[in-house]
Amino acid sequence: MNRGKDIFIFNIIAFIIVGIVGGAAIIPFVMLLVGSFQSEDSILQHGYSLIPRTFDLGAYKFIFDQPAKIIQSYGVTLFITVAGTGLSLFFSSMAAYVLARKDVKYRNPMAFYLFFTTLFSAGLVPYYMLITNYLFLRNTISILLLSGMFNVLYILILRTYIANSIPDSISESAKIDGANDFSIFMKVILPLLKPALASIGLFVALGYWNDWYTATLFITEEKLFPLQYTLYKLLSSTTFAKQLLEGNGAVSAIELPQQTVKLALTVVATGPIVLAYPFVQKYFVSGLTIGSVKG
Amino acid sequence: MDITRKKKGFLYEITKNKILYLMFLPVGFYFLVLAYLPMPGIVIAFKEYTYSGGVFGSDWNGMENFRYFFESGKLWLVTSNTIIYNLVFLTASTVISVLVAVMIAEMAGKYFKKTAQTFMFLPYFISWVTVSAFFYNIFNFDYGTLNTLLRSLGAEPVDIYSNPTAWMLLLPIFYVWKGIGFSSVLYLSAIMGADQESYESAKIDGANIFQRIWYITLPMLKPTVVILVLLGLSRIMRGEFEMFYQLIGDNGLLADKTDIIDTLVFRSMVFSNDFGMASAAGLYQSVLCFILIYGVNWAVKKWNSDYALY
Repeated sequence: MNRGKDIFIFNIIAFIIVGIVGGAAIIPFVMLLVGSFQSEDSILQHGYSLIPRTFDLGAYKFIFDQPAKIIQSYGVTLFITVAGTGLSLFFSSMAAYVLARKDVKYRNPMAFYLFFTTLFSAGLVPYYMLITNYLFLRNTISILLLSGMFNVLYILILRTYIANSIPDSISESAKIDGANDFSIFMKVILPLLKPALASIGLFVALGYWNDWYTATLFITEEKLFPLQYTLYKLLSSTTFAKQLLEGNGAVSAIELPQQTVKLALTVVATGPIVLAYPFVQKYFVSGLTIGSVKG
Repeated sequence: MDITRKKKGFLYEITKNKILYLMFLPVGFYFLVLAYLPMPGIVIAFKEYTYSGGVFGSDWNGMENFRYFFESGKLWLVTSNTIIYNLVFLTASTVISVLVAVMIAEMAGKYFKKTAQTFMFLPYFISWVTVSAFFYNIFNFDYGTLNTLLRSLGAEPVDIYSNPTAWMLLLPIFYVWKGIGFSSVLYLSAIMGADQESYESAKIDGANIFQRIWYITLPMLKPTVVILVLLGLSRIMRGEFEMFYQLIGDNGLLADKTDIIDTLVFRSMVFSNDFGMASAAGLYQSVLCFILIYGVNWAVKKWNSDYALY
């Protein structure tokens, strides 16, 4: 009888601790959702609370009534996420394949050339100067795409993945059949990389979707604001909130449901990730284990 | 003779594998432009930057920018803040992740722990902007849930933005909150991948579950803990800019307790256009980071070369 007692005590402690941590992780999401469905009046009188007092779609109506700017932001984010992830995966895996080929004599110096950038960086000021004063990429969609397009770690992980899971003989026999290196990569290697690309692609896509920092540095034109930056501006600046929501002349500043709109836009901006998350979770976890295989 | 042969070798290699080298070119060019080309710009740190002069036309002023960085007291303040916050983050997240991983590995309730794990991972996927909306939702002075709750209980509402000490607790909590799902999975996979044999024999020998965790699971996790802590230590000079900037913003009241190197660099450059200070602080950080990474890697190599980063 005594033998089960320790397990029993352990399980009680574990249920409490894991329950608290798991609960703490999810509660802010619930609070956000509840808050976004409150009426503005109820917030102004009683503040936000955990338990819904009212059910009001006012804030969402507001967002979708005057959607030009928000749809624009959604468009920017969707574009950089899809295009950026596609380009990133294609060129990263191509470079990784080159680094994994043993007949490339300079593959190690090339890998170090990439790796060194993670050891030492010029820092923010020289980077900022280069982008704005020499490359003139301020207020362009290109800088939103380029900033963070390649991550050395992902390239090296892909290299390790190729070296460990794709035998050299595959490339060699294709070569004997007369295929050139590029078509070997396209027709033979790339299809074999799918599992690794699914995981890494999700991390890259997440980076693009959540990026507000690049816009903070380089974007001042509203039509290029990515979603997260629009959200940041809405949360941090009252004047921006008014501009964003005014458009419709019938609405006076007083009628703006500012408090609830903040939460509702957060829901709209974060929703896709949270909804997609259960379906992609396993790729993230397998991505972590790919990453832990040392090259 | 030797040199020409080498030269031939280089040309021969490039011609032979020209398609492969061309395939590397896009990524190679990207890092050349965005990572290597800014490096000569480091000279700004030793110049009095003017708009008309630009990076290379401005006058040199020696160590003036560094002297100002030091004498303003900022150097010591942001360095110690960066190090202290990172140490607290690293300790808190390691302890809690290991605890959660061990519990999830051993506890009953398959669906309970699956659900809890799914919840824990969720904050990892959202941006710090979204976290700042959560923060607003909870801590806003007028309408926040916390103050709503306090008022309904008849207590005084708290203004978190004028209370620097509260941040020293809140920042680590939010850091752990966002990263726990990620880091506990790392430890969990280390536990799952381990050999079950010694565990079974300990069970037969009559060890209770707490003894098994203490004498078998935790020692088994030691290499993973050491490597992740060392990795964390090598990044100790790099602040969590996104978190500090999104949660705190540009708040003068809190600057003394919450200013880190990254926020100082960003603020000096973007808000006060003080390129001298910003580039001096940035270079100071880059050099320290570089030394730290090398130092940590050297230590890891000495300890166990299997775990060396490169």
